[in-house]
Amino acid sequence: MKPSVTKLIETKREIIIEDWLNKVEEVRREHHLENISDHVYTNTNKEFVEIILSAVGHGQELCDEQLSQFTERLIQVGWPLSYLTRGLQTFRKVILDTLFEDGIDGKRNFEIYYEVEDWVDQIVNTLVNEYSGSWENTIFLQKMALKELSAPLIPVFEHISVMPLIGTIDTERAKLIMENLLNGVIEHRSQVVLIDITGVPVVDTMVANHIIQASEAVRLVGADCILVGIRPEIAQTIVNLGIDLSQFPTKSTLKKGIASALEMTKKTIVKLEN
Amino acid sequence: MSQTCVEVRSEWSIVAARQAGRAVAKEIGFGSVDQARITTAISELARNIYLYAKVGEICIEKVVDANKVGVKVSASDDGPGIKDLRRVMEDGYTTSGGLGAGLPGVKRLMDEFFIDSKEGEGTKIHAVKWLR
Repeated sequence: MKPSVTKLIETKREIIIEDWLNKVEEVRREHHLENISDHVYTNTNKEFVEIILSAVGHGQELCDEQLSQFTERLIQVGWPLSYLTRGLQTFRKVILDTLFEDGIDGKRNFEIYYEVEDWVDQIVNTLVNEYSGSWENTIFLQKMALKELSAPLIPVFEHISVMPLIGTIDTERAKLIMENLLNGVIEHRSQVVLIDITGVPVVDTMVANHIIQASEAVRLVGADCILVGIRPEIAQTIVNLGIDLSQFPTKSTLKKGIASALEMTKKTIVKLEN
Repeated sequence: MSQTCVEVRSEWSIVAARQAGRAVAKEIGFGSVDQARITTAISELARNIYLYAKVGEICIEKVVDANKVGVKVSASDDGPGIKDLRRVMEDGYTTSGGLGAGLPGVKRLMDEFFIDSKEGEGTKIHAVKWLR
């Protein structure tokens, strides 16, 4: 930034800060931030304006670092990005108004205008980068968490495993189901695998196709598959669609499925007499 | 009559279309079995768009006729179209390695079914389920 502009800002610093704090109140009302306590709100705003102005005295690099730390805190608390960008727009208006007060020297005003523009843009860029980076990170973590949840194979008895499916089955998940089923069957030496679809909201031809293929693959590695948790409405839609599930055993509930799996592996559950 | 439309572009929009359909069906007063039928039909139609045309639209609206109400599902796209309309309505006919039960299935799930498709121009399907 040009020394002349820096000096000008330094001399008007207090007026700028005060003016901005007043004007930004309006933005606060628009964004429904009234529930944040006045104390926290004023302090945050003061800190924000100090950081912005410190770029003038200490250079952009130091400011960027402070700004990153500052935004990280705001992201955690949940301040909306739009508030900050609106705040910066107000800030630009305030600063230009204040600097232009002294007179109309066209060339000088142009210079100031471009310097300020440049300066505020850089701050906006840093803010947006920080925020979108944090969102991308959140989405990535949720995707991973979802993937871990999506198709677990649980060994319940010796040679008997259950795969409970909950939620929508898309292509990616269907692939995971297949992989986890086959790996799990081999790892746990399962003889019977129960696929529980109680939590699957819609069984269309694609979902049915994936389940049929998975159970066929399970059969190839030497285990049996039982489809359980077929709700009455799902049973009717499967019949309407004309999907042929006569090739593999189905049971209405997981409980009945376990009973027949125990039978198939020649086991019984006995109540101990004391 | 108000209409809910969902643009189909990704696999997730199939879920969005389904949820929109379920909400309308519930509002009209369909029972859980018919709700499942309607959502499954929407799922098939939306998946066909995603699979073959890549981009299209599913619209769901309430229809009133003389003394009955129902839900109308419309699917439209500007995709490759269907070459042989008679064959796609046969059970077991598929060009994508699926079960080949989609369109004939939708016809059985719903009460009325219209299909119009020209090769290279796209496909339009309407299906209605009446509340009884």
